[in-house]
Amino acid sequence: MDLAKHWRIRHARYRLEGQRHRTTGEVRFPPAPLRPGEAHDSWEPYVLSGRGRVYSFSIVRQPPEGYDEQAPYLIALVRLEEGPLVTAQLTDCDLDQVTIDMPVEMVTRKLRALGPTGLIVYGYKFRPVV
Amino acid sequence: MMKPERPVGIAGYGVYIPRFRIAAREIARIWDGAGGVPVDSKSVPGPDEDTITMSIEAARSALARARLAAGRLSAVWVGSESHPYSVKPSGTLVAEALGATPWVSAADWEFACKAGSEALTAAMGMIGSGMAEYVLAIGADTAQGRPGDALEYTAAAGAAAFLVGPAADAVAVIEGTTSYVTDTPDFFRRADTAYPVHGHRFTGEPAYFSTSRGAAERLLNDLGAKPSDFTYAVFHQPNARFPQTVAKQLGFTPQQIAPGLLSPKIGNAYSAAALLGLCAVLDVAKPGDTIFMATYGSGAGSDAYALRVTDALVERRERAPLTTAYLARETFVDYAVYAKWRGKLVMG
Repeated sequence: MDLAKHWRIRHARYRLEGQRHRTTGEVRFPPAPLRPGEAHDSWEPYVLSGRGRVYSFSIVRQPPEGYDEQAPYLIALVRLEEGPLVTAQLTDCDLDQVTIDMPVEMVTRKLRALGPTGLIVYGYKFRPVV
Repeated sequence: MMKPERPVGIAGYGVYIPRFRIAAREIARIWDGAGGVPVDSKSVPGPDEDTITMSIEAARSALARARLAAGRLSAVWVGSESHPYSVKPSGTLVAEALGATPWVSAADWEFACKAGSEALTAAMGMIGSGMAEYVLAIGADTAQGRPGDALEYTAAAGAAAFLVGPAADAVAVIEGTTSYVTDTPDFFRRADTAYPVHGHRFTGEPAYFSTSRGAAERLLNDLGAKPSDFTYAVFHQPNARFPQTVAKQLGFTPQQIAPGLLSPKIGNAYSAAALLGLCAVLDVAKPGDTIFMATYGSGAGSDAYALRVTDALVERRERAPLTTAYLARETFVDYAVYAKWRGKLVMG
């Protein structure tokens, strides 16, 4: 069921927790392992604001397994206000409503269920600002 | 009347209502509802929404209004009859999403439509005793009604979250509460069944009305107050008519209950129903206003509260979306889409 995979990245998924460099202030998402030569405490956990704009988008009409119920749905590249570009589903957004540069905000939603008896996977999506 | 030794209040509040609606007339179209409909429309959760996701959004707004870091929460409690798991707490996932873990209590509460106010009363005890500074009490539901049943017209979705804290940091001080409970078989759902069952003759006067009045009259009596002493009143709203009738029975006016009466447009949001009404009142209340609220849960019980609004409300309510922002985004779906999203289609 890949429980460990989903559990390991729960902070990034549930609350858009990335990392901020302690000296340069650079913010990155998703969180990444240390690069060679970096001090062990170079990066600290940092929760991003969740605000951003649609950089680009596409409509998924042939969904992967587990996403059938939601199709057709929008998937977007969202430029977060802190700089990182993330790929995520858009929700509460009609297919003809989305535009490039549209302001969006992060919400935590159901991504999929691992079958009828398995884990429910939750994570970030973006929607038009309420 | 129950009243903590240390004064307690609501430091922040937040709401969530899904954007989707189904018109009661559309349900009547399928099921021949010739006898009129109990509401105009009800909210419908989207395919990626449940009690956990709605709780998270309402809770984020409650924390934002108080500008409280989630790490300062002592408890995250979610009251619902539609927790996504039978075994695996909603509270832990909500707490994790808020960033409140790991030094926090988390639990799920259950009492039909008053599971959220159970958590609110317990939060009063935690703060009032000095055990905690801040507790999140949430009521959230994605309610289900059997297709064609009278309940299908109203069983809706929504969430309301209250950040309970010391009265000195409150947008509204809770002046006292009563709880009135009897074993009444008006409405129930057995474990692992999809749809609830009505207790027919127990619905109405023996359950909702007598129970709501029981809690409300006791609180008014113990406070030495009369209905006209309150600026606003909120009651559990399983349909449009019941809250208006119980308000009239108790002596509250239509004007007092109007701002908190949401059921005609969103239906019965179960554990969130009365709590959403209180949030809608806080959206418009002025410092010094007084609010009366009585929740109701089948089985049966009612919790009544008296609140007094403080100066802090005016500034804090602007820090998160108002209830009207969620009410305004109305996207109507037809019965087929509703049936698909609510799992009413057998896929083989």
